Amino acid sequence: MDGAMNTPGIFSPRLLIDISYFLTACLFILGLKRMSSPVTARSGIVWAGAGMVVATLVSFLYPGMSNYELIIAAIVVGSIVAWWSGKKVAMTDMPQMIALYNGMGGGAAAAIAAVELYRAAYANEAGEAVHHSTVVMALAVIGGIIGAISFSGSLIAWAKLQGVINKTLRFGGQKFVNGLLFLGSLAVGVIVVLHHGADPLHVSMIFGLALLFGIAMTLPIGGADMPVVISLYNALTGLAVAFEGFVLDNAAMIIAGTVVGSAGTLLTQLMAKAMNRSLANVLFSDFGSSSGGAATAVTGSMKPIEASDVGVMMAFAQKVIVVPGYGMAVAQAQHKVWEMCQLLIEKGVQVKFAIHPVAGRMPGHMNVLLAEAGVPYDLISDLEEINAEFETADVALVIGANDVVNPVARTDKSSPIYGMPILNADKAKNVIVIKRGQGAGFSGIENGLFFLDNTRMLYGDGQKAVGELVNGIKAAG
Amino acid sequence: MTGIVALYIFMLAAFTGYEIIAKVPVILHTPLMSGSNFVHGIVLVGAMVALGGAVTPLEKTIGFVGVLLAAGNAVGGYVVTERMLEMFKSSGARKKTGGGH
Repeated sequence: MDGAMNTPGIFSPRLLIDISYFLTACLFILGLKRMSSPVTARSGIVWAGAGMVVATLVSFLYPGMSNYELIIAAIVVGSIVAWWSGKKVAMTDMPQMIALYNGMGGGAAAAIAAVELYRAAYANEAGEAVHHSTVVMALAVIGGIIGAISFSGSLIAWAKLQGVINKTLRFGGQKFVNGLLFLGSLAVGVIVVLHHGADPLHVSMIFGLALLFGIAMTLPIGGADMPVVISLYNALTGLAVAFEGFVLDNAAMIIAGTVVGSAGTLLTQLMAKAMNRSLANVLFSDFGSSSGGAATAVTGSMKPIEASDVGVMMAFAQKVIVVPGYGMAVAQAQHKVWEMCQLLIEKGVQVKFAIHPVAGRMPGHMNVLLAEAGVPYDLISDLEEINAEFETADVALVIGANDVVNPVARTDKSSPIYGMPILNADKAKNVIVIKRGQGAGFSGIENGLFFLDNTRMLYGDGQKAVGELVNGIKAAG
Repeated sequence: MTGIVALYIFMLAAFTGYEIIAKVPVILHTPLMSGSNFVHGIVLVGAMVALGGAVTPLEKTIGFVGVLLAAGNAVGGYVVTERMLEMFKSSGARKKTGGGH
């Protein structure tokens, strides 16, 4: 796109667009900055949203545009469907919804690349002059490949977390096939770049192979690792958007896409670190299918306790630390838990929530679920803050959490979770574990915490058990 | 925009993104991922320009799908992020608004 637009005056549409995009870029960066602190987070998304509205409206003024009715129709339909689905989705299903919206962004970036590349391909076939430099063609191809991978990969991630796909597809030579798909897409891309667009068939092959690679790469990854993958695809979409921004000479897309690309990459690393996994491990190993090997057998027995006794114990405690896990959210017990904690706080008991980085289905997910129930964020502590406090706690109430409080992670080198940082719930004077039955956890690993002398098991459905605790606390006076 | 200027923008934006996230607490990881997901919804303006310049039926079809997906990314990303962040309140703020229940 050249800079010479129809009116060179001060109020040319191009200048208005450029200034608006500048404003949008500022609002995005400030908005993201505000989103990184709980106090200002809410205003952050509103600022970024204002930037998006400004950029979208001003883009209608682009000189030489047509198809306005199609543009408006697509925006209206896409917005309504997304608005409705976003308002409706349950907080527990948030990870897969983010994956879905992210995949749509990747698909849009790929679509921009496809329009540009098909145009070049048909022009080349007809023997017309090319209007893109080699660098621009290359960026369009790379952005298109990344966008397509993010699109199909995110859809698979959504399908797996949503339970649409339950199987984890693995076969011998899988990495070889995946590598072939990726390199194939790249190789055809090189042909298209070097031959000024080549022909439409080659362009189709780039996208076809990239889409297949996204599917093939995501299928073997287990559900527990999926949040890291979603975060990675989020960063990749940002990068694809930035590349297509270069193609369209659009500074807002370059800046926003690159910021998300780098922030998303760092976020992916932070998440992988919180889960004690390297990114390469998540992408190329088969954690979900490992049988755990011959872990040392845990000795001792599980000792049951009645809800009324726990109620009394907590009502007369000085300090209670609640350790929630995803099981609590599945049982929809978070509202009851907060009701119980409010009772305890009224009695003068100090109550805190201890959140493991991977509690819930992705880092920070449990905080969202507790916030939904009304728990103020200053009662919630993460692992580093709270671990030293367990020794001074009278009761550690573990509800729906398992592997993240398993002391085996500290001691047993043969355990698959060895080395993972855990919450030191076992250091509390009394440990109460609310659990449905006697089975092993999500990963199938036996939990040493359940067999300790200071641990008592309260069996039952999470919501019902906590309801009984509420009655127990009330009865204790 | 010349290539080298674009490269500078790219470099500066990359460092900016890194710095913004560097000190974020774990409790905000999920909303922040969702928020950055919303920000790359800016792809909408690119998709609009692509569809606005589309001539052949193929270009129009792909462009239409692009705008549709991009609008979904932007609006969906905003709605879920806003829903999550709206719930984050401190004890003080909660007392002021009359408690959570």
